[in-house]
Amino acid sequence: MATISIKGVQKSYGTFTALHGIDLEIADQEFLVLLGASGCGKTTLLRIVAGLNSPSRGSVKIGGNEVTHLPPRSRGISMVFQNYAVFPHLTVFENIAFGLRMQKLEKAEVERRVRRCAGLMHIEGLLERYSGQLSGGQRQRVAVARALAMEPSVLLMDEPLSNLDALLRLEMRAELKSVLQESRTTTVYVTHDQVEAMSLADRIAVMHGGHIVQVATPIEVYRNPATRFVGGFIGSPPMNFLPAEAVEGGWQVAGKRYEGPRADGLEFGIRPEDLEPAEAGFAGEVRVIEPLGAHQLVTMNVAGQLFRAVLDSDRRVSLGETLTLAPRPDRVRWFDTASGLAVAA
Amino acid sequence: MSAVTETEAAAFVPADARRAGRMLNAAIIILLCVWVLLPIYLVLVNALSDPQTVTGWPKHFVPTFDLGSLSFFISYAGVLKALGNSVVVAVLTMVLSLGFGAPAGYALARFDFPGKGVFRLLVLMTRAFPLPLLALPLAVMFIRTGLDDSLFGLALVHTTLALPFSVLITASLFSGIPFELEEAAWTLGCTRLQAVRKVVLPLALPGIAASGVFAFVTSWNEVFAAAVLTIRNRTLTAFLIQSLDVSPLPLKFAGAAVLVLPALIFLFAVRKYLFSLWGIANR
Repeated sequence: MATISIKGVQKSYGTFTALHGIDLEIADQEFLVLLGASGCGKTTLLRIVAGLNSPSRGSVKIGGNEVTHLPPRSRGISMVFQNYAVFPHLTVFENIAFGLRMQKLEKAEVERRVRRCAGLMHIEGLLERYSGQLSGGQRQRVAVARALAMEPSVLLMDEPLSNLDALLRLEMRAELKSVLQESRTTTVYVTHDQVEAMSLADRIAVMHGGHIVQVATPIEVYRNPATRFVGGFIGSPPMNFLPAEAVEGGWQVAGKRYEGPRADGLEFGIRPEDLEPAEAGFAGEVRVIEPLGAHQLVTMNVAGQLFRAVLDSDRRVSLGETLTLAPRPDRVRWFDTASGLAVAA
Repeated sequence: MSAVTETEAAAFVPADARRAGRMLNAAIIILLCVWVLLPIYLVLVNALSDPQTVTGWPKHFVPTFDLGSLSFFISYAGVLKALGNSVVVAVLTMVLSLGFGAPAGYALARFDFPGKGVFRLLVLMTRAFPLPLLALPLAVMFIRTGLDDSLFGLALVHTTLALPFSVLITASLFSGIPFELEEAAWTLGCTRLQAVRKVVLPLALPGIAASGVFAFVTSWNEVFAAAVLTIRNRTLTAFLIQSLDVSPLPLKFAGAAVLVLPALIFLFAVRKYLFSLWGIANR
């Protein structure tokens, strides 16, 4: 149980800067997800917290203790790796017991903790097997059990579900959430999967190009993206953007006037599910219709821009038809054209 | 994609062409086996036959199971001592080349350091100089430092022969072990050295054993340095080249058999590890 305090952490490889002065405070028992596309620096940041990489500048504190220059073993962390890193020459039991034996715990205590963590991850029946005899999902369970058995103050996870197939990922996600909720360990979880991030996180830190662009609760990140990038990155399908033109007393967007904040140049943003068929609004020709069961995804051409809307499945839409959709006024977001930052209405 | 087209293409190859391919494959395998096994077989047959059969005509391909030549050879003055010397030098060579080679291999596999490529090349370059060229200066230096005619001195020379392969083989072994496993060990409480000992070495053991056997056999078979650098402490190869040249044929066969057998047995004992080194039974 510990807080994590990251101050001014910068990491450069030669002339390439992977992280630009990251500041991040993670509360005790919090589940924080680092979310971003590949190459955004999220794994580098996690590895710096783990002590596997050292920052070029800045400091990391865990539970109030300065750990910037400590090796991984002295930080009170444990980590789950993307490729599981289950030791192939040891049985599942010995894998889970590995860290406990390094701590020279008593035999009975090792046995007790291994059994308990194996029970948590439902792998009691596999304790005598080797990793070669396990499926990907089972290896993942072993990796998590091994990390939990350490009873770390901070648990670090590097895309732990990315190598599992879709169905298994869904199952493991729910299971991880319930196990981690129970253990109340401060957790930092790296993923590029926004659904994983939304479903697991207490807070999401969205990273882009070596910066943290927004840290907030999942719903806040979704509803009020701090930048145009966040709006376009989170949400499937992502937010729609349309150019806005300043007119007398507001902004002209695709031929319709909206009230908006005063600024030099703005872009109009609306989520696909916040559009409803109406008499007046954005008119566009329907280009693609994708029925998805619960709803249908309609791609239209509005003012020369691709524009997506999520509509009820029962609504009849035909290809080539001109559809008119009105945005829900309270869900409209504005972004500064130059900086990409959100501008409050 | 290319794999798919290849299998598709293979499906269109006529059956007799495929059979011809298989025959050719089998012929090459048989040829290679004969190439390796026939001399060994002839050596063993003649070593296990009585001297009359060996020198007589027609030649026999079934041994008469007469241990006369062998027992005479073994009891020949100096043979047992030379055999013992050979084993000592080979074991020393094995220990030294693994002791220096494995850490160097680990460094090549895990660290980026300036001059890494040059180092890799230089390691091999040591084999570019023929031993006869080095033998004379070496002998002079050995006499000056008092290493001449010592088993340790000879083992040092053999180590320089075996070391490049130890370095390169272990480097490829270590780079085949995911670095993530070591990092996982660090997060579980290991120091760098403990992680190597508890995770990397057990996983690399088969390959390290194979590399050790290779060093052993390199030393066991080496004759030139052994002949030049030792006088009283002859190894078996040096002893044989000195004394068997003038010995009768049956004795030569017995000597060859004694020389070949240990290497053969050692290789056979670690064949499982050799296979895993070649990726046949890995993981």
